Amino acid sequence: MSNTIELRSVTKRFRTPEGGYYTALRDLNLTVAPGEFCAVVGPTGCGKSTTLTLVSGLEAATRGEVLVDGQPVRGISEGIGFVFQTDAVLPWKTVLANVAAGPLFRGVPRRDAIAQARDWLRRVGLSGFENHHPHQLSGGMRKRVALAQSLINEPRILLMDEPFSALDVQTRSIMSDELLGLWELTRPSVVFVTHDLEEAIALADKVVVLTAGPATVKAVFPVDLPRPRAVQEIRFDPRFVQLYQRIWESLRDEVQIAYARAATAA
Amino acid sequence: MSTNAPPLDNLDAYDDLDDAPPTSSGNRRHRLLVVAVQIGLFVVIFGGWELCTRLGILDVFFFGSPSGILTQLWTWATRGTDAGPLAQQIGVTLWEAVLGFLIGVALGVLCGIALGRVRFLAEVFAPYIKAINAVPRIVLGSVFAVLFGLGLQSKVALAVVLVFFLVFFNAFQGAREVDRNLVANARILGASHAQVIAHVVLPSALTWIIASLHSAFGFALIGAIVGEFLGSTKGLGLLVTQSQGNFNIDGVFAAMTIMAVVALLAEASISMLERRLLAWRPPQLSGMDSTT
Repeated sequence: MSNTIELRSVTKRFRTPEGGYYTALRDLNLTVAPGEFCAVVGPTGCGKSTTLTLVSGLEAATRGEVLVDGQPVRGISEGIGFVFQTDAVLPWKTVLANVAAGPLFRGVPRRDAIAQARDWLRRVGLSGFENHHPHQLSGGMRKRVALAQSLINEPRILLMDEPFSALDVQTRSIMSDELLGLWELTRPSVVFVTHDLEEAIALADKVVVLTAGPATVKAVFPVDLPRPRAVQEIRFDPRFVQLYQRIWESLRDEVQIAYARAATAA
Repeated sequence: MSTNAPPLDNLDAYDDLDDAPPTSSGNRRHRLLVVAVQIGLFVVIFGGWELCTRLGILDVFFFGSPSGILTQLWTWATRGTDAGPLAQQIGVTLWEAVLGFLIGVALGVLCGIALGRVRFLAEVFAPYIKAINAVPRIVLGSVFAVLFGLGLQSKVALAVVLVFFLVFFNAFQGAREVDRNLVANARILGASHAQVIAHVVLPSALTWIIASLHSAFGFALIGAIVGEFLGSTKGLGLLVTQSQGNFNIDGVFAAMTIMAVVALLAEASISMLERRLLAWRPPQLSGMDSTT
């Protein structure tokens, strides 16, 4: 079976306000198989998020090829869900209207869209909050709305950009568990960008380590921990610790390079 | 022209304090005190004015008097004005202002959103809009009087021009400040460009647009009345010019009083509209602080 996502020697340059160029990605190769959960880790500001915007079609690659289901990406890709780092639920819509937005945008009749939205709110544990507005919810609950909002479209690809980084540690591990549960329901391919290695190993089938910017793939580590996993406990598993040490060795150099650069620039 | 809400609106923010649990009797006493002082001030100002004119300290001919204004209002209400029944004069001015307000707001929102979202349009039109905005637009009243004559159209046109720029700049700013993540999220969820405008850009810009509506109706009223000054056969502006011509200073004040009441009622209904449309915002933001 062919890969769901394939990036072939992709380079992405941005024009800086000063008129120069900033290279975010250089000759990056990445593949994600159908139903695979892929975590991307790398030092802060290395261009992790840029890979997601390229796959989603929000941005176009400067060089190289971005393929989704074997087709080159042109414009917003079909069948994609995107969970943003910051809140991207619409603050003027109720929880129910936010979750129903995807189907409604795509022309699903109102009654069906609302019924689907109620169903998904139940799955993310937000029944009873249909008529709340996002500002009335906690950060974790808003994330669940965002998850339901993305998953209701039953995407074949779910892109997540440090989705839980704004949450406190406890909420974060609970959300990680819930994410895995929801992922099992529809099994999309996932690209999960994070700077938290523990989170990456606990969730993913494979962890991709990027170099300090311009980012390219430094190493890929398969994570062969059995599923279903309990995110809170799995970090005590000896296999987990072993993986963590190996991947951290690879990641550490890049983090130090990025840190040294930031220190000299400051 | 300022694109901010008038500073007076900030006074309403203190109402929030009164909405706090009314359990403490200190809170209620405070409120009573405020009302008492407000009434006291009213009595001192208008009573003093009346007294000064009665005692001959102020010349009634130049300064009018509260009792004179009330008499004038009563006469207009019961026996009508030189231009016809009072209700008709209020109706004409109100109709001009409301029409100008609605057309100006519609055009302002439309152009503001279009230029705020399409960079090419903004770049092309920027110098023209800056140039027109630099002109004291009241002068256009003379142009419209010549162009459209003494009827409804010239007043509405002036009100539209005054309202348009105020709303335009707010809608423009609002459309440009839309969170890019929200737009990206909506597009990935499957929204077309039109749906992005309707579900993301417009609601987001609404905070800005509504803030401008408070001053916009005032400007519409100014447009209508100045239009009437420049030449008309009906309206509150005409009552002012007629009274002025007859050296009837009470008449000028009486017309002013009616205008103030109209403006306050309009302001109240816009505040109601604001509360309904922006009900989704966290309560501490429902003052005017979101525009700063």
